[in-house]
Amino acid sequence: MIENEKKVVIIDYQLGNLFSVQQACDTVGMNAFISSNKEDILAADALILPGVGAFIEAMNNLKNLDLINPIKNKAKSGIPLLGICLGLQLLFTESEEFGSANGLDLIPGKIKKFSGKMDGRKIKVPHIAWNQVYRCNQSWEETPLKNLNEYEFMYFVHSYYVKPDNVDCILTNTNYSGIEFCSAVMQNNIIATQFHPEKSTEKGLSIYKNWSIINNLI
Amino acid sequence: MKTVRIIPRLDIKGPNLVKGIHLEGLRVLGKPADFAKHYYENGADELMFMDVVASLYERNSLHDIISETAKKKFIPITVGGGLRTISDIKEVLRVGADKVCLNTAVIKNPELIKTASRKFGSSTIVVSIEAIKEENGKYLAYTDNGREYTGIDVFEWAQKVNELGAGEIVITSVDKEGSGQGFDIDLVSKISSLVSIPVIAHGGAGTKQHVVDLMKENTADAVMLSSLFHYQFIKENESKASSKEGNVEFLKQKRNFHTFEPCSILDLKTSLIENKIECRI
Repeated sequence: MIENEKKVVIIDYQLGNLFSVQQACDTVGMNAFISSNKEDILAADALILPGVGAFIEAMNNLKNLDLINPIKNKAKSGIPLLGICLGLQLLFTESEEFGSANGLDLIPGKIKKFSGKMDGRKIKVPHIAWNQVYRCNQSWEETPLKNLNEYEFMYFVHSYYVKPDNVDCILTNTNYSGIEFCSAVMQNNIIATQFHPEKSTEKGLSIYKNWSIINNLI
Repeated sequence: MKTVRIIPRLDIKGPNLVKGIHLEGLRVLGKPADFAKHYYENGADELMFMDVVASLYERNSLHDIISETAKKKFIPITVGGGLRTISDIKEVLRVGADKVCLNTAVIKNPELIKTASRKFGSSTIVVSIEAIKEENGKYLAYTDNGREYTGIDVFEWAQKVNELGAGEIVITSVDKEGSGQGFDIDLVSKISSLVSIPVIAHGGAGTKQHVVDLMKENTADAVMLSSLFHYQFIKENESKASSKEGNVEFLKQKRNFHTFEPCSILDLKTSLIENKIECRI
């Protein structure tokens, strides 16, 4: 590794597939490495929190690896943090289903489950689909989403969605069969998406690229 | 909005892309990488790789093809064929698959669905159900590409698969597969009405209208297609068809084309949108 190169750590808490996240980083020229080591996270210049699977298991794994405080402290110190899918949900206060299942509490809000019904119609859960993202309150101008068109299609796989207490942090919304939910948030140094940019063709990769440029990571 | 997904399916035997009728009588079409690249660049929503002979050897041999594909194609990739254990699943995910497709292993041991979905997340576990319609009208589940009888009722099995925590179901009509006669819409509709998870329809499309007809019923959440797209690709890229195996000559005879009206992914998606069925374009 080159001496002055920025250290981007993809946090591995033994859930989900990190291969494609790493590939996306490589493709846009970011030197990211996968680690579940506390020291690596504390030394990181930027963090990526990916994830597929269950909220409670993810939090348990983070706890067992002693990563909860290191991630929180690094995020609060202001380094860039990118959350993806479950990694978005973990940033919030708590998950509705488990009641006492607390998240990292970096962004106030709750995790809710899709009900499976809307106006008497059945809605398939998980929501596995390409779906459109559109603006809420924030402009995309200075954000990693700046190259996306309004109503761009991104790839989603999830059964739960986030409901931020403060709507000002909502970067994009998405509508699934009549249910509008928050599909990306941005709060200071933190940006997180419910969709998978690394699975959303070159459009999705532009988010990685812009995130790395905006934060001087390449 | 609700969108449907169009998933090209690549059946692989050794180093080759193959296609058959009723999942039998395999014929070599070309190199999987050529087809995968073309589909990725032309609007595929996901890719499915199935090792069609893996079950015979109890192992999946797609690792090289998967890791090569996953490095450059930023859409979801599902891998199936011969995956028997948690460590088999782990291995294909490690080389870049996003989801795995299970059939034989979970028929033999349904609890594997629960264990695997807990370990890797529900959405990573896709269960494939191969259905054959009996003379009495009952649908029974088969394994090993429709060769092995299980005696299990397809509809009861689909509900159990759902309860055990699978993220999606691929329902294949073995009777229609490779025939080009259209989908078994009743089968797909009934499965979809019984489960809460997304259902991917597979088997029977001979024209884009068949896909439109299926999707108009608003039951399938995605469709897996092979012949329709493979034959179109070969028509456009004859040099990439596997000539060594005498394939171009075979295709030129159009013996297999008569039941198919090949089309591109874009053609199909355009037709779907004209029929008010939403998809990514």
